[in-house]
Amino acid sequence: MALYESVIIGRQDLTLSQFEALIEEFISVLKSQEGDVKKREYWGLRNLAYKINKNRKGHYTLLNIDAPTSAISEYERLMGLHEDIVRFLTIKIDEINDNPSPMMNGKTERSRSESSENSFTPAAKKNGE
Amino acid sequence: MTQLTIKRQALRKPSSKRRKSCPFSVPNTPPIDYKDLKVLTRYVSERGKIIPSRISAVSAKKQRELSKAIKRARFLALMPYVVG
Repeated sequence: MALYESVIIGRQDLTLSQFEALIEEFISVLKSQEGDVKKREYWGLRNLAYKINKNRKGHYTLLNIDAPTSAISEYERLMGLHEDIVRFLTIKIDEINDNPSPMMNGKTERSRSESSENSFTPAAKKNGE
Repeated sequence: MTQLTIKRQALRKPSSKRRKSCPFSVPNTPPIDYKDLKVLTRYVSERGKIIPSRISAVSAKKQRELSKAIKRARFLALMPYVVG
């Protein structure tokens, strides 16, 4: 079986539990075809760099998968049909890195600074300049 | 042919500045990853365009990896295709 890395973006108006349930659904698709999820990360509700189907934000999740090709193609087919999935990317990787991805560090840092400063306007102004 | 080679050599000589080496070819640099936005944003212009390797001094091999990583990050809306 091959190793894959998959990033899934869910619609912004899903609640976290709804989104997690959705991911579980896709994981069960993989598991029913002898696949397995080795690592799972939730990156949070991130701002999208550009609008996708009128979404400005999205729930991001990362899965590291060990599954046969047939399972991956079925998993991708179902995601493409699902309305609550904004976008996904699955790539083949040589090995799974057990450390948390760089995205996790960034997220914790940002959530810390946001809670301490508690204001969005200075950052927004900077972008506008 | 001979004339051309002579000309090239002559052109190269005056610029005695040493070419900057590739920042990714140093030992212990983490692999180029589309999730590592801190690294990727450094190789993108203000407009969101990928900076050419002749300016950033990234080696050809690493530039290919880098551009792929940036394009993946763009697809996932982690980075913009165009700014403004």
